[in-house]
Amino acid sequence: MGNLHAGGYSANAALRWQESLPWLVAIAAFFLLPEFLNLGARILIFILFALSLDLIVGYAGIVTLGHAAFFGLGAYTAGILSARAGINDPLIQLVASGVTAGLLGVVTGAIILRTRGLALMMLTLAIGSICLEVANKASSLTGGADGLAGITIAPVLGQFRFDLYGKTSYLYCLAILFVCWWFVRRLVYSPFGASLAGIRENNLRMHAIGAPVYLRMLAVYAISAALAGFAGALLTQTSQFVGLNVVSFELSGEMLVMLILGGVGRIYGAFAGPAVYMIAQDQLAKQFPEYWYLGIGSLLVIVVLFAKGGVLGLVDRMVSRIGKGRRS
Amino acid sequence: MTIALETRNLRKQFGALTVADGIDFRLERGARHALIGPNGAGKTTFINLLTGGLRSNSGGIFLNGEEVTRLSQRARIRRGLGRTFQINTLFRSLTALDNVALAVAERRGVAWNLIGRANRHADVVSESRDLLTSLGLAQDADTRVSDLAYGKQRLVEIAIALGMKPSVLLLDEPAAGVPTMESRRILEVLDSLPQDLAILIIEHDMDLVFRFARQITVLSRGALLAEGTPDEISADHRVREVYLGERDV
Repeated sequence: MGNLHAGGYSANAALRWQESLPWLVAIAAFFLLPEFLNLGARILIFILFALSLDLIVGYAGIVTLGHAAFFGLGAYTAGILSARAGINDPLIQLVASGVTAGLLGVVTGAIILRTRGLALMMLTLAIGSICLEVANKASSLTGGADGLAGITIAPVLGQFRFDLYGKTSYLYCLAILFVCWWFVRRLVYSPFGASLAGIRENNLRMHAIGAPVYLRMLAVYAISAALAGFAGALLTQTSQFVGLNVVSFELSGEMLVMLILGGVGRIYGAFAGPAVYMIAQDQLAKQFPEYWYLGIGSLLVIVVLFAKGGVLGLVDRMVSRIGKGRRS
Repeated sequence: MTIALETRNLRKQFGALTVADGIDFRLERGARHALIGPNGAGKTTFINLLTGGLRSNSGGIFLNGEEVTRLSQRARIRRGLGRTFQINTLFRSLTALDNVALAVAERRGVAWNLIGRANRHADVVSESRDLLTSLGLAQDADTRVSDLAYGKQRLVEIAIALGMKPSVLLLDEPAAGVPTMESRRILEVLDSLPQDLAILIIEHDMDLVFRFARQITVLSRGALLAEGTPDEISADHRVREVYLGERDV
């Protein structure tokens, strides 16, 4: 069984019943696990972040180690608007975060996307490091190593106040994730998405059919950066604090690990990866506070060695095997 | 006769090595022209100069009467220059239909559509299917290209180039590595291409060259050695010499 969400002109873009599952699980979790809503909101935020990463890694073939730069800029934009400019409306902050992160994507992408492979990966790392240092040094704006506090967020649409139990946070994050997922899904199945698959598969041939490869990559890089910026803004709004860790290399690496765990280039790998990673992290940290990273590392080794295509790749193969068993 | 593609005194050097040595070449509209020469003669370099993959040091390239020497590869493609590659350069994990549709979509200018569904671009999909059907690949349209037989992959190479609706088609060894039976199929396909399309083929399979071409140009060490009809070329002692090393013919 191949990847269901590879896109292209041959692909059936109609929604499948399986695609309702993540949303049903998310809604069920809201009612059944009220004590975990803050963790749930965090998972939703990281799903959005992973989705933005999947767009460039999985669909355009741009491997990056600096995606936290956009997430961090989004987080700081929302935080600075509130703490320094007194703009507390969450939707205004969200849009501003997406725009600033998208612009950073255009500016940095214009420089680094002229390279490929290892050189490109190193440049993404360098840009991530520069952003981290800027956030650290511009302490009058960002709070530096102490972090940015004093953030207040107004009720969503003037109605829904962010509460201690995370109900508003959870539903707000879920709504934003839903809109972004809809957009990403449309993009993957669009002619633009098909051309991204072409670039990933064979850059040389895309040039030979007259495609503006560089501009396409720049466009998807900026879109991905904007989505990561949205995710960063959500983190600021739900936690009301921004620390330097939102721009760190560790976060970029962690996101890549989450995406690999879930399955790259599958849309829903970005859902499965952060959920598995963060629940495992939460449970392992409770059971083995000092050694929880050992568990995460072991999980990654097992997935890379035995589950090509991540958790979703494994599910695909199991479903395929069951289907073959029934037919025979 | 209208000239579709022309080079005037085209020159390219890599350091001290001259790979294109003042080539004057003309390809007429509707031509069935072959470019031959021993290994290292500069045939693929010449194709790369024509398509803009390489920049010439001096001389001019004219496509349908317009000078394109300083234009980018993309601009030349937009003006009707299509090519295939010596080694399969396909989108391997995509279907044959998607391989062709990517080219058709670029030509039709729909590839910037971010939201509309690709499979709903009926014009792109039907044109791509028709193209595959015309090359005898209707049954393979929904098969991943990497799962196709090698000969069929070579046909997909040609189909992608045709998806751009070129006025000049450069075929770099279309039958390279293909068994004899399948190379016959490739020849049939080439024979069935539109008559107004100018085709320049580079090929080592002399049987295919002499059956396909009405005009042959021979390159040797980056320079034009001989030009003429297949009969003239087969009788030319200079051509025999560069191919076989014969001195007394």
